[in-house]
Amino acid sequence: MRKVYLDNSATTPVDPQVAEAMMAVLTGVYGNPSSVHEDGRQARMAMEKARWSLAGLIGATPEEIVFTSGGTEANNLALQGAAKARVKKGRHLITTAIEHHAVLDVMECMEKNGYDLTVLPVNEEGIVAVEDVRGAIRPDTTLISVMHANNEVGSIQPIEAIGELARERGILFHVDAVQSLGKLPISVINMNIDMLSVSGHKIYGPKGVGALYLRKGVRVVPMMFGGGQERKVRPGTENMLGIVGFGEACRLAGEGLQEFAALAVLRDRLLDGILARIPDVKVNGPRRGSRLPNNVNVSIRFVEGESLLLSLDMQGIAASSGSACTSGSLDPSHVLLAMGLTHEIAHGSLRFTLGKQTTQEDVDYVLEKLPPIVERLRAMSPLFSETV
Amino acid sequence: MYSEKVIDHFNNPRNVGEIPDADGIGQVGNAKCGDIMKISLSVENNIIKDIKFKTFGCGAAVATSSMVTEMVKGKTVEEAMAVSNRAVAEALGGLPGEKLHCSNLAADAVHAALDDYVEKQGTMAKKGIAFDGQT
Ligand SMILES: Cc1ncc(COP(=O)(O)O)c(C=O)c1O
Ligand SMILES: [Zn+2]
Repeated sequence: MRKVYLDNSATTPVDPQVAEAMMAVLTGVYGNPSSVHEDGRQARMAMEKARWSLAGLIGATPEEIVFTSGGTEANNLALQGAAKARVKKGRHLITTAIEHHAVLDVMECMEKNGYDLTVLPVNEEGIVAVEDVRGAIRPDTTLISVMHANNEVGSIQPIEAIGELARERGILFHVDAVQSLGKLPISVINMNIDMLSVSGHKIYGPKGVGALYLRKGVRVVPMMFGGGQERKVRPGTENMLGIVGFGEACRLAGEGLQEFAALAVLRDRLLDGILARIPDVKVNGPRRGSRLPNNVNVSIRFVEGESLLLSLDMQGIAASSGSACTSGSLDPSHVLLAMGLTHEIAHGSLRFTLGKQTTQEDVDYVLEKLPPIVERLRAMSPLFSETV
Repeated sequence: MYSEKVIDHFNNPRNVGEIPDADGIGQVGNAKCGDIMKISLSVENNIIKDIKFKTFGCGAAVATSSMVTEMVKGKTVEEAMAVSNRAVAEALGGLPGEKLHCSNLAADAVHAALDDYVEKQGTMAKKGIAFDGQT
């Protein structure tokens, strides 16, 4: 059976060149990068090369990069660490309703611990308004966190304008760029970003490694205490294997930025093909412009997302859904609900995220397999019969 | 994550559809929680002669609906009333933990349809129409 992996926003396969770079470390570089001797120096060099690669990809300097265990840790370190470091200035934090749980849940936890939190709404395309950010700012606001691109619907946020606003008001600006790294150009300078979270496994690197960009002069209280690694912000002997893999993935992502943008052609072929072949389909998120080039998200009315995923999986197609039945909770995706979708429509959401390995044949295979699946499930649905 | 039996019932669901002029109809769940099950059945001589389902929901919701129709078809009303959601899940070789509440409502849907049937019979009895099977 054909295998078509269209869940690249959940995670990506490791690029063979990344695997090769990691293998070289695994078998040949065993020194502790903090050691003075030759073996240590060799490890440090490999690690610093990775730091350069990531810094280059986002327009930062290597000293501004702190490696972490992933995007989740980078978000936690940025938000908790910066809010704590600035608590004398104020306790008000601003974020949006469509953030990943690795931001939203951190913010909500801080709210329980004595901070004030404003969660901004988004429009029906899943985009926050700069004016809403402006309106939410108070004298005691210390931190604004807005994601660059949303993981579910691919909506791209007006980061540059929000960054300018934050800088004007002297408020720290954090951006979760886990989904945009390697997909969209990022310049922490031009975008006025103070802190930026990224992750390795979304860009063909290994899982369990990520980083936080901390603009020179921005202080955060560490989450952990120990040795002097990563400027004491994130102590512990470094994950050499992950860091080197991540670095190589960053290097390749930089080279492939243009190529990635071209994925929009396949994205539109898939989306237009679905709309042409299946009636009663709603597009979730921005139609074209401010959308990640690899994200398709639709709600297929009268059917439920998990049953779609299960049926697609049997045809070798990997996708995802914002349905409650796939999350283990009783509510569908908070992102889709924040965009104003009803529960029923949100339960029928289906996300395809393309990757650099995706071909036109893959897309056409999905366009061949999806319509009969939908037809079968609709024939089974009590909601469908009520309306026809 | 799902047992082979669940996948089998999901792929080849038994008794899908609706019975026209059903003796009892029951619907449980709602679109908010993501699972809706609708059962229609016909009863003769206190025996469930035919039963069909329509379900909006996940794999577990479809499979439990399909399974329950097999379990109660040909049974008496009382026997069908005694079938629990838990028994349906067990007959499927178990369900993943997080599926045990929302998606496991198939027996409730059957009970709702039987309640509807009993109620209709009661109404007919009051109107002087003989009980099904007693003529
Ligand atoms: C927007 C966003 N932020 C953060 C994360 C978490 O990253 P990680 O899996 O590396 O902890 C993800 C991954 O799912 C994500 O999509
Ligand atoms: Zn379910």
